[in-house]
Amino acid sequence: MQAKTEAQTAPGPRQGAREQVATHAVDPARVSLRPSGDIGESAECIRVEDLHLHYGSKQALRAINLTIPEHRVTAFIGPSGCGKSTLLRCFNRMNDLVDGTRITGRITLYGSDIHAPDVNVAELRRRVGMVFQKPNPFPKSVFENVAYGLRLQGLNDRRTLERVVERSLKAAAVWDEVKDRLHDSALGLSGGQQQRLVIARAIAIEPEVLLLDEPASALDPISTLKIEELIYQLRSEYTIVIVTHNMQQAARVSDFTAFMYMGDLIEFGDTKTLFTNPTNQQTEDYITGRYG
Amino acid sequence: MASTPARGIRLWWQSGQPWIWLTAGAVALCIIMVVGVIGLIAVRGLAHFWPSEIIAFTYVVGEDDRQPMLARLVERSETAAARLGAPTPGDGGLIERWKVKTANRDLTGEDFLWLLAARVEAVERPLDAVVIERTEWGDFHGYVRGLEQAGVRLPLAGDALWAALDEHLAHKQVLAAQVRGLERGAIGAVNARMERLRRAERRADEAELVQIRAERDRLEAEHSGHMQELAILEEQLSRDTLLLATADGTEVRLPLKRVVDVLRPNGMSLADKFVRFGHRILRFVSEDPREANTEGGVFPAIFGTVLMVLLMSIVVTPFGVIAAIYLREYASQGPVTQAIRIAVSNLAGVPSVVYGIFGLGFFVYFLGGNLDQLFFSDALPAPTFGTPGLLWASLTLALLTVPVVIVATEEGLARIPRSIREGSLALGATKAETLFRTVVPMATPAIMTGVILAVARAAGEVAPLMLVGVVKLAPALPFDGNFPWLHLDRKFMHLGFHIFDTGFQSPNVEAARPLVYATALLLVLLIIVLNLAAITLRNRLREKYHASEN
Repeated sequence: MQAKTEAQTAPGPRQGAREQVATHAVDPARVSLRPSGDIGESAECIRVEDLHLHYGSKQALRAINLTIPEHRVTAFIGPSGCGKSTLLRCFNRMNDLVDGTRITGRITLYGSDIHAPDVNVAELRRRVGMVFQKPNPFPKSVFENVAYGLRLQGLNDRRTLERVVERSLKAAAVWDEVKDRLHDSALGLSGGQQQRLVIARAIAIEPEVLLLDEPASALDPISTLKIEELIYQLRSEYTIVIVTHNMQQAARVSDFTAFMYMGDLIEFGDTKTLFTNPTNQQTEDYITGRYG
Repeated sequence: MASTPARGIRLWWQSGQPWIWLTAGAVALCIIMVVGVIGLIAVRGLAHFWPSEIIAFTYVVGEDDRQPMLARLVERSETAAARLGAPTPGDGGLIERWKVKTANRDLTGEDFLWLLAARVEAVERPLDAVVIERTEWGDFHGYVRGLEQAGVRLPLAGDALWAALDEHLAHKQVLAAQVRGLERGAIGAVNARMERLRRAERRADEAELVQIRAERDRLEAEHSGHMQELAILEEQLSRDTLLLATADGTEVRLPLKRVVDVLRPNGMSLADKFVRFGHRILRFVSEDPREANTEGGVFPAIFGTVLMVLLMSIVVTPFGVIAAIYLREYASQGPVTQAIRIAVSNLAGVPSVVYGIFGLGFFVYFLGGNLDQLFFSDALPAPTFGTPGLLWASLTLALLTVPVVIVATEEGLARIPRSIREGSLALGATKAETLFRTVVPMATPAIMTGVILAVARAAGEVAPLMLVGVVKLAPALPFDGNFPWLHLDRKFMHLGFHIFDTGFQSPNVEAARPLVYATALLLVLLIIVLNLAAITLRNRLREKYHASEN
């Protein structure tokens, strides 16, 4: 299941950290090590530049610089509360919903700023889909769950809907389990089925990026395995960013990994290098299980 | 294992059992009170419809004054002799008294009498004694002597007489129904068109006036045709007369058209009584009231109550839900919103009569008065909407109950998990789309809870209604076959007000008392039915969304 890509086998030269104007107390040694994102020869999808995020008076993200490669799986790892989910939720501006959030810095999706005043947030979220930690199907039928995003776009033609729903459920590897109960409530499915249904719902509207926020943490091992296989299959078509607690999972499914700690991005690189030969002591401590 | 009682009690205290007993006791007390109230009104109310027996006896008023009577025993009680001021000997100074319904109000001027049991003699239950329900003067107690058809006495007696009476009575019911149909239907329709014509005439020009006059002549011809028809029916109705005698032998002639029902309670089997019992209840809920609401049925009051509550629900539900959505979902949750929320909750505690006064001042006089100026000026000075009516009563009650709906809806919205909203937003839904496609449908069980509470409150409310539209006796239902069918401007009757009116404003309190209980029972049942309907709906919705509520 180890994902191997050309980018991984041919790592480019590591760039120096983009210089930060540190208004906060940061270990200078750490700043010099901060990566800006080396994605080898892969095309750029999302670029984060000098991102700071505050929840009220609390700073949750500090000077993040990162580039997410297109059609690859990028994993964010780190201990609880390190800001990896917060960073993920920046990409589809989910943090807008939290009162008292302040963001400085720049995030671009294929070169255009997602915080630009003319950006339609709903449109952005259509392009950047998201799956949450806990399965959150709507209390509707399986069919209507998957068709939800399409109906939002005004698509109501029965035949088209049926086609897209079937394709999405197949892509999410849950079709065989639900094809006979498409019109039963989605709440009757098992947790693993619900999570794959939610993934089908997300890919039904054909986003460019799929954000997965610990998609398997609430699932049993077999369901987890199915989700991981699914991520592996989906990466040819989607740019996937996954947050996970589980380092083995990150190692199994991702092409690139970012390690975060206390709101800082400590290290970012291709997964194999990061796990076998981390440049940062903290990264090494974390992946060898010394803390976290 | 208690070695001493004290230790046993302490152990029992520590075990938490007293707490369970206390809580269970509170519930038991509630149940006893509710069941007690419903039981009391049910027994007292339903007893009114039971065809109870009547007794014939002689009442000794004085040495030479012995009065034969035919009455229904209503109540027995024992009173201290001293209180009656009579030195009559009794058991331990107590005297047994009977309350009896003697009926024949038109002859004796009395409907109910208190009698001393000791002076009642020769009690028997004559099989041929009848209780006749009349359209005027209440019940008649006596004996049937004969039947007169078109001035000629039919040569009948015994069973043949009874059979003929039943037949004539059935014939009379058919004719009476025809008269009612004619009055309410055709004649009512003609009157409604005449009224419209009269208003059109006021603003018509010369050319139209000719047309209108022609139309009016035609209507008048139609009207007099109907009146002739009515006169013929009335004449047929007046054909028969019932010959009766009272207990003391007074002969009475009673036109059959004034007879509602004839009962021989002493000769009836239990099954017969049950049939009559059901029949009388049915008549109670389906007929119009008579005799200043002390007789007859309460159908217009039921109809008015249900219609008003439905209209109120139709107004209050969207209004309350939309307000709650703004408060919970869009308004920034600062001190101002909090203050508004507290104000809304406090509104629920304002005395309802205050709402009535507000409704009268704002809805009836201000809104209604202006509506009349703008749209019904041709009917002035007779007000159309500038007078209490169904619409204003419904709006006033909607205002009264809107806090309940707002609070319940807000709580429902707050319970929808964040993950569901985020799931919808992440699919590119706007906030409004998320609300109307997912959040609000999921909150419908909570909204229904609010509506149930609102309905329960509105259906039982009387004080504000007296100011904004409820009347003792409405001439017509607010819903009929004449355009525009639903007459929001009409005054209406209401069960709650009917209870108050019958119980406290009635000229014949004794006769009205069982009706008060019966009406109260009906109101309680009506509220239960309305609530059950809403609860069933809510449970169905809850089932649909069950897993998402936790």
